[in-house]
Amino acid sequence: MIPEIGQFALILALLLAAIQGTLPLVGAGKRIPAWMALARPVAQGQFLFVLVAFACLAYAFVNSDFSVLNVATNSNSQLPLQYRFAATWGSHEGSMLLWVFMLGAWTVAVALKSRHLPDEMVARVLGVMGLVAFGFLLFLLLTSNPFDRLFPPAADGRDLNPLLQDPGMVFHPPLLYMGYVGFSVAFAFAIAALIGGRLDATWARWSRPWTTLAWSFLTGGIMLGSWWAYYELGWGGWWFWDPVENASFMPWLIGTALIHSLAVTEKRGTFKAWTVLLAICAFSLSLLGTFLVRSGVLTSVHAFATDPRRGVFILAFLALVIGGSLVLFATRAPKVGGGGRFEAVSRETFLLANNVLLIAAAGSVLLGTLYPLFLDALNLGKISVGPPYFDTVFVPLMTPLVFLMGVGPLARWKEAKLPDLWQRLKWALAVSLVTALLLPFAAGSWKPLVSFGLLLAAWIVTTTFVNVRERSRGVRGGIVAQLARQPRSYWGMIVAHLGIAVFIVGVTMVKGYETERDVRMSVGDKVTVGGYTLRFDGTTEATGPNYRAARGAFEVSRDGQHVTTQFPEKRVYNAGGMPMTEAAIRSTPLGDLYVSLGEPVDGGAWSVRVYHKPFITWIWGGCLLMALGGLLALSDRRYRVAMQREASAAGGATARS
Amino acid sequence: MTIKPRHRRFLWIGAGVAVLAVAVALVLNAFQSNLVFFFSPSDIAENRAPQGRPFRIGGLVEDRSLKREADGLTVRFNVTDTAKTIPVVYTGILPDLFKEGKGVVAQGKLGPDGAFHATEVLAKHDENYMPPQAADAVSRAHDKAAMDKAAKTLKN
Repeated sequence: MIPEIGQFALILALLLAAIQGTLPLVGAGKRIPAWMALARPVAQGQFLFVLVAFACLAYAFVNSDFSVLNVATNSNSQLPLQYRFAATWGSHEGSMLLWVFMLGAWTVAVALKSRHLPDEMVARVLGVMGLVAFGFLLFLLLTSNPFDRLFPPAADGRDLNPLLQDPGMVFHPPLLYMGYVGFSVAFAFAIAALIGGRLDATWARWSRPWTTLAWSFLTGGIMLGSWWAYYELGWGGWWFWDPVENASFMPWLIGTALIHSLAVTEKRGTFKAWTVLLAICAFSLSLLGTFLVRSGVLTSVHAFATDPRRGVFILAFLALVIGGSLVLFATRAPKVGGGGRFEAVSRETFLLANNVLLIAAAGSVLLGTLYPLFLDALNLGKISVGPPYFDTVFVPLMTPLVFLMGVGPLARWKEAKLPDLWQRLKWALAVSLVTALLLPFAAGSWKPLVSFGLLLAAWIVTTTFVNVRERSRGVRGGIVAQLARQPRSYWGMIVAHLGIAVFIVGVTMVKGYETERDVRMSVGDKVTVGGYTLRFDGTTEATGPNYRAARGAFEVSRDGQHVTTQFPEKRVYNAGGMPMTEAAIRSTPLGDLYVSLGEPVDGGAWSVRVYHKPFITWIWGGCLLMALGGLLALSDRRYRVAMQREASAAGGATARS
Repeated sequence: MTIKPRHRRFLWIGAGVAVLAVAVALVLNAFQSNLVFFFSPSDIAENRAPQGRPFRIGGLVEDRSLKREADGLTVRFNVTDTAKTIPVVYTGILPDLFKEGKGVVAQGKLGPDGAFHATEVLAKHDENYMPPQAADAVSRAHDKAAMDKAAKTLKN
């Protein structure tokens, strides 16, 4: 009964999405207030029904209703409660429902937080989001119904893939989708502005906080995914340039370009058409990512059973959305006037260069990700593009970007003078150079690439310091009072940029000084990595709620002093008999000690992976800082005040008319 | 002599295009030199695989072919597409779902001894899942076998 309610709710949501995607848009064009006024209630109703459907599916999973095909293939009665719940989005169908659910949540948030916007704008924005929701709901109902019944019901479920039975599964997909889908808001605002012909600074101000929020979620989601892969896959990597990772990284790169160009459009009124194009691209890449990950063209833990109908549907939808919005852009954008003029050396130029570099980076990732798929689709042979390509391309592209990150925030809008910038930054450059030359010696050995990476990180830190010091000058009061007076959006930028520095330190140190050893160890054998000595004390049997495991014990010491004991596991899951490696990781801010069991070799000996990864947690720490920077910028007073002022202005206008 | 603003803008656009062209050239060059091609055991038997350049192979791990050397880390196994077989040597820890009789994809180089020296045996994430490259190798061998058989029947 419950699954049928869920299915029915989905159909109702589809019908409401059809209304949401048509009447308000037409109403805004023909100025019919009643039709425009439909947008908010219909959007909320649509979300309500999607929520009901989602709750029904979660209910079926939590209560192990194996008469539902989706539950029977992706859950098991032995699965602990939190993973039974998370298994709701552990399948293709469930994760698409999560997508639509997130879209509904963003739509309702826009509906509630847009009282200060003109009615036509709200109607158009919600209308565009309704069209997107309609496409995805139709996709769900036609090709991936999560509520399909199984008759006769299965006695027990086939189990959730053991790799997914992890707290990461509870948080990573929802966060990532919040980010992916969040770009639909920026997209809807861009399309609404194009239709309405109102491409001015107000448009940028409205869509900027939404974009920043989506970007922060995406950053957090990617970070969690990377961390999860590191500790769960059992071989200690944190980024593989896997197509699925690239699928989330491309919208991130374009989203980063977008939040910077939105700043220019809002502050200076320039880059208007460019910003609209970026908003369209960011969401298009989100859709492309969904297509890549969900259609089964990729081979990974994210790809589920292949069904060609699904791929064709998403591809057609993708073509419609991207093609439609680009045509709209092509017909409307030329009417957008240029904005304020700026000189060749100015903050605008530096931000433009930032955008070009980020787009070039996204383009090179796109090439490396799609080219093998094209060749395969055309039957021209199978190839793969590995990490060396991305590594070769990324360092040269990111280096000027990091350099600009130091200069840009200090440059004046409109016109900056190079000699003046040089005067302000020469000390930062000198300090960075000296730090980068000397610091690697402290780590043990001097390596050119480590020194180079540290130079980039030090440059961000020192220029940020110069920036903060200059900002606080000329304001009365003590240092603390001076700094507290700076707006939160300013601090958001500072924190996010410092996050990049922390991230670069992490990547540099791991690449430069990591030790990876695969060894055969008998009981009592010792191995030394990164100054730590590990002694293998044998394995014991262990049992978990739905698995059995061999549990190894490794006594860790440093300079003869006992540090800790690590317990990696080799598990075999009861339901599918699938083996899985559970690494034991000792994390400190200065580095991780990573131990995982390979296979039993002979006579109680095991093949073992023992890794030392210096500063690896800084990689995720840096991402976390970036996400926090975004949230900090969002909490800026400016947005709240602007919202209130426009709301009262709009109220006054209605009263007068 | 002063440059007119319009000319100066052209200069900037020109410089931008030049920088972009260099970037594109670099990217394409890196791309070209890092492509990893895929060959099946039959391709290798016909000497179509490159010498000295890394590539990927795929197929099934032949039953009862997995042997472990005394160091406990070096393994030897055969990869087959059901028509031809190639011996593979790998030093390191095999992924969890590596099994005899199941599909596998490995990256490495062809050694002078005729064996494939793998630097990486690719992990898969689900045991019911067959890597498409492995599946492709096997189905191509099957197609070829069927064709040969058909040709023979026609001749007889």
